Amino acid sequence: MIDALAILAIFSGLFFFLSGSIGLLRLPDLFSRLHALAKADNVGLALVALGVIMLEPVLINDIKIVIIWFLVMAASAISSHLVARSALRKNRDDD
Amino acid sequence: MMSGGDSTSILTIALLIALNLLLFSLLIGLFRAWLGPSIEDRFSAILLLGTGGVAMLLILAILLQITALYDVALVLALLAVVGTVALTQSESNHD
Repeated sequence: MIDALAILAIFSGLFFFLSGSIGLLRLPDLFSRLHALAKADNVGLALVALGVIMLEPVLINDIKIVIIWFLVMAASAISSHLVARSALRKNRDDD
Repeated sequence: MMSGGDSTSILTIALLIALNLLLFSLLIGLFRAWLGPSIEDRFSAILLLGTGGVAMLLILAILLQITALYDVALVLALLAVVGTVALTQSESNHD
């Protein structure tokens, strides 16, 4: 039962990952690509981490997975912000 | 690899399929890194590789029962943001 729930969570996370990647490939400009990527991927990782937590019996590893998830969220927000700011600055220099 | 009853092998197959789909999603991201007209598009592909790599390592840790892979995922999450920060800062100092 818990295995079925875990597989469901992991596969719904994969749906978000795939839609984020398709958004990265298909959307017209950089800012909409970042928008698709940063949000969809973090939801995908959250769902995959939830599924892995259901399968992992050791408590300390579960805590570690939650820490990894928060770290990836912070890292992704910071990197997206830096990439968008660098692109905006470059656009302003071109004008 | 996990051994045991019927439900365990279904779980193993489901996790292997999930791993392959995740790899496919990273391949789509690499395609954007190859196309990507500006350097910021390539940064965003690196962002996708970081998040997707963490998800792959979490699934691999469950699949192979190697708990050290959680630490690898933690380091990968950190290194992805360090790489992006270094690249964007060198870009902005350039002009």
